[in-house]
Amino acid sequence: MSALLKHRLFWPLLALLVLLLSNLLFTPGFFTVELRQGHLYGSLIDILRLSAPLILVALGMTLVIATGGIDLSVGSVMAVSGALACLFIVNQPDQGALSTVLPACALGVGLAIVLGAWNGFLVAVVGLQPIIATLILMVAGRGLAQLITEGQIITVNSPAYRFIGAGYWLTFPFAVIIAAAVVALTVLLTRRTALGMLVELVGGNPRASRLAGISSRKLTWGIYAFTGFCAGIAGLMATANVSSADGNAVGSLIELNAILAVVIGGTSLAGGRFSIAGTVIGALLIQTLDTTIYTTGIPAETTQLFKALVVIVICLVQSPTFRSKLARLRRRPRPALAAPVNAEV
Amino acid sequence: MDETRPILVMSKVGKRFPGVTALRDVDFRLFPGEVHGLMGENGAGKSTLIKVLTGVYEIDDGTIHLDGEPVLFAGPAQAQQAGVSTVYQEVNLCPNLSVAENIYIGREPRRFGLIDFRTMRSRSAKLLQSLGIDIDSGAPLAAQSIAVQQMVAIARAVDISAKVLILDEPTSSLDAGEVEQLFRVIRRLRDQGLAIVFVTHFLDQVYAIADRITVLRNGTLVGEYRTADLPQRELVEKMIGQELQTLESLEEQRKPALREVESGRPLIAADQLGRSGAIAPFTLTIHQGEVVGLAGLLGSGRSELARLLFGADRADSGRLSVDGTPVTLRGPRTAMERDIAYLSENRRSDGLVEDLTVRENIILALQACRGWARPLPRRRQDELVDRYVKALHIRPANAEAPVRNLSGGNQQKVLLARWLITEPRLLILDEPTRGIDIGAKAEIQKLVVELADGGMAVLFISAELEEVLRLSHKIAVLRDRVVVAQLPNTDDVDADRIMTTIATGAGT
Amino acid sequence: MSQTPLTSPSAAGAPPENPDAAAAAGEIIDRKRRTILLRKYVPVLGTLVLLCVMYGVGIANYDNFYNTQILLNIFIDNSFLLVVAVGMTFVILTGGIDLSVGSVVALTTMVCAVTLDGGWPAPLVMVTVLVMGSVLGLAMGCVIHYFEIQPFIVTLAGMFLARGLCYVISTSSIPITHPTWTTMSQTRIPIASYSITPSVLIAAAVVLLAAVVLAWTRLGRTVYAIGGNLQSATLMGLPVARTRIAVYTISGLCSATGGLLLSFYMSSGDPLHAVGMELDAIAAVVIGGTILTGGSGYVAGTVLGIVVLGLIQTIITFQGTLSSWWTRIFIGALLFLFVLLQRTVIRRTP
Repeated sequence: MSALLKHRLFWPLLALLVLLLSNLLFTPGFFTVELRQGHLYGSLIDILRLSAPLILVALGMTLVIATGGIDLSVGSVMAVSGALACLFIVNQPDQGALSTVLPACALGVGLAIVLGAWNGFLVAVVGLQPIIATLILMVAGRGLAQLITEGQIITVNSPAYRFIGAGYWLTFPFAVIIAAAVVALTVLLTRRTALGMLVELVGGNPRASRLAGISSRKLTWGIYAFTGFCAGIAGLMATANVSSADGNAVGSLIELNAILAVVIGGTSLAGGRFSIAGTVIGALLIQTLDTTIYTTGIPAETTQLFKALVVIVICLVQSPTFRSKLARLRRRPRPALAAPVNAEV
Repeated sequence: MDETRPILVMSKVGKRFPGVTALRDVDFRLFPGEVHGLMGENGAGKSTLIKVLTGVYEIDDGTIHLDGEPVLFAGPAQAQQAGVSTVYQEVNLCPNLSVAENIYIGREPRRFGLIDFRTMRSRSAKLLQSLGIDIDSGAPLAAQSIAVQQMVAIARAVDISAKVLILDEPTSSLDAGEVEQLFRVIRRLRDQGLAIVFVTHFLDQVYAIADRITVLRNGTLVGEYRTADLPQRELVEKMIGQELQTLESLEEQRKPALREVESGRPLIAADQLGRSGAIAPFTLTIHQGEVVGLAGLLGSGRSELARLLFGADRADSGRLSVDGTPVTLRGPRTAMERDIAYLSENRRSDGLVEDLTVRENIILALQACRGWARPLPRRRQDELVDRYVKALHIRPANAEAPVRNLSGGNQQKVLLARWLITEPRLLILDEPTRGIDIGAKAEIQKLVVELADGGMAVLFISAELEEVLRLSHKIAVLRDRVVVAQLPNTDDVDADRIMTTIATGAGT
Repeated sequence: MSQTPLTSPSAAGAPPENPDAAAAAGEIIDRKRRTILLRKYVPVLGTLVLLCVMYGVGIANYDNFYNTQILLNIFIDNSFLLVVAVGMTFVILTGGIDLSVGSVVALTTMVCAVTLDGGWPAPLVMVTVLVMGSVLGLAMGCVIHYFEIQPFIVTLAGMFLARGLCYVISTSSIPITHPTWTTMSQTRIPIASYSITPSVLIAAAVVLLAAVVLAWTRLGRTVYAIGGNLQSATLMGLPVARTRIAVYTISGLCSATGGLLLSFYMSSGDPLHAVGMELDAIAAVVIGGTILTGGSGYVAGTVLGIVVLGLIQTIITFQGTLSSWWTRIFIGALLFLFVLLQRTVIRRTP
């Protein structure tokens, strides 16, 4: 039991379960999943589908945070990618054709990678603080997205494009499959190669990693580009889901949700050890929270209040200063209580 | 002031940290109008003594009397209020503010509630002049040399309260001219009756400025001496200590057999390699199977030399060749490609990644060489890690334990293992035995001998002369960032001879 | 004993024994000092030059651009942003950042609207929102300082919190019809043949007060000291805790004041007010020459930064063919340029 309590994913998982169960109070059939016309339907499936973009963005954010950085521009990059893809589609004669949609996606994601690489360049080569470097694109990216859409909302009429966000494949929402595939790819890339360890190393002790012969520059650069890639796909999903691109609204505030998901998942903002599984759970938790609040009839926007409280609590729990102050306050050590907290490190 | 009564008396001071006794029964006296040198090697307890005095650490045993009154400070701020100020090696001032502001910030003269900059400038100009420092007090501090910044820090300390002034290694980053500037200020303050504690590891400087010297070693008091009565050689001896640790695994005073290591082409040859501000140009060759020891006090440029050979810092003069081919080390990676490994001095900040496990810390350098795309297969990792955990007796023998939970000695062995699995031809060990227990120390020494016997070249850096003497075929002696001598470790070379070389700088 | 003369740029008094060496040393120090001065003023000078160029371009290309009222309008339309940016200047000078400002502005407009609706007297409403903003800032400052959590993440939480509170109050816009607010939004104070609003005067007063506090009080100088070197400031015995908490409190107070001005300007409380204002405020501070790592910068620079942002908007409006989103792109580009400028200037400093 104590081993279970100590597991770093125990608390996020428990919170997710409690939140899911509490939904039963408002929606008796919350856990029902039906198979209709070969498609899965149900609240749980909705949560999965809606959380797909957040999972992707949070995935990139996890790696960036693990290197000791942060990427504030993900929301803007999403908007740019979605806008470019939609712009390309509406300018083609046959919006529905696969030969239209595939290049559109490639364009959107390609630009997103370029933007991510730009961030990486500023951080790794120019040596700007990550917050500042990505702030630039956070500001300019929104303008760029609106420039692409010319301030309008581009509406596309393409079932093939819509499929990315709202379609079903093999009974599962296609967005979930994409997200799962990217997550699997990332896990494979980081844990089957030495990439994950090198990232943790650069984030954990940059001086030591230099002396051990690691060139953190290329690595950091690549990680930011990858974050751009993730945000790009998320941008496609978000715009495909509603078949339209709004340069202002797509991915708005998602950077904050993504950071939150990463922190909930047990990755420290100071860099170092990261947990992809934790991030996925964190993203699901946030989406469940949104859905729950929506179903209870409380204004959806107030979820921000809860998120603020969650961020503060988690940061306090992670803060060594807070813990030592708490311990001093308590005087008597109570290991039963302290154990899971320590496991969070 | 009463010249015969000490202003500060610390008696029977003791300080313990978990697992270590940092100070035991240390007495320290300080008289007004004297400069008192506090000497000792790394870990001797100099800074602990200062921190106990200024209230950074709580005192465990003993008493402190200031002006005859028993005192116990809660922190540096309180100590300063009572008249005990400290100036540190890194100038603790704000470079973005003006000189005058740095002196008066927090206690600025005010008129109508606003800071009166004019009065502040004229007052600080007067203060600086009284110390013989002639600079524009309105200029930003960052525009001044480190020496002047140091003196501004002293001016601030003296102006706040002037009974006891502690200078904690103030000269480490100054050049000779700057040191002289600083000394003039110190002498002037001494003549005004201030009691000054001068912590340093530079021998010349302590003889140039100190009236008396207190020597600490391993947390205990060696003695208090008048500078005039203590020849330099004896001081070095007292600092380093003569007692030999009996090590079961090595015969006492065993000299490494002078094998024919010097024959043939050297593995690595530095020709007038240097980096300004770090180490003067030096020439050094290391052959296969040879152990070259670097002897010298702390701050004498030992690590700086090693870092040049590893490419951790770029050399700005001279040439380096490996296997007879000239190379430019652009970074650690280039050096690693030429089979050079460097175990850094500072385990925590430059070596370990504390979040990661023992296994990950061990395979890290090898993995870095292979690149991210060619991960070391897990089975091979376990095999290698297992072998080295066993061979080096790493405890606990759990490869998946976070490395932060290991003791200092075991952490050091993990780092050693990290470099050994890269199978280097030159292994640079920078203070590999510092701060670890005797057992681990002996194991590491034994390992060095074995590695050299196996044909590896080793550059061995240690503050402990006995250790250097026991292991090295050749010893390079450093003093004040210059390689002053290179001695083949023959039978007539002993600790005495090396100490004399360090003390006098004569490389005979 | 060797006589090394204490060289310094102003040590013109005694002639040095070795004129060559002393001259060389003096030259080095002179050069060093010039670099320092460069570092201090280049960002602000850059802003000034940029401003002149932009203004020149405006006058050359568009009729009526020379009209002074255009410049005054920049202040009228951005008075709230100016006040918020002044608060941000304090925070950035200590090396911190405050992402919560936009949300606190929005919350202030909401609280104004809802309390006025509830019949509270105007002075009480104003005092309430100012206290509320300060308390929010105070709380964030305490968490940042005492628990040593990055300012970025704490103020991010503050941003969520304040925005969430807005929606707790109401999810839609609430109009403000109180006479005091109407008066504040409609009054024009004539200056020669031009006019400004009372909000501009309030903003000017805030700027003046902030400039005096930063330049001539212990609090202000401690702000610079902390930005220069936090550890040194602590060891020098400065009230670091109090000051760090104070800057976030000041930022909260400024945000509330900015919110008040925005509620005058908009005559409404809206949870969607001031979305992204933190970015504009940070941009104005950075373009105004304050170094993001802290310790160097002026409130006057921030004013220039606001004028630059305002000029961009004005030029885009005048151009007519350029759309509003170009503002974002220009601000982003300027942010990039200035951050890069800071970076190179700092790097060149020995």
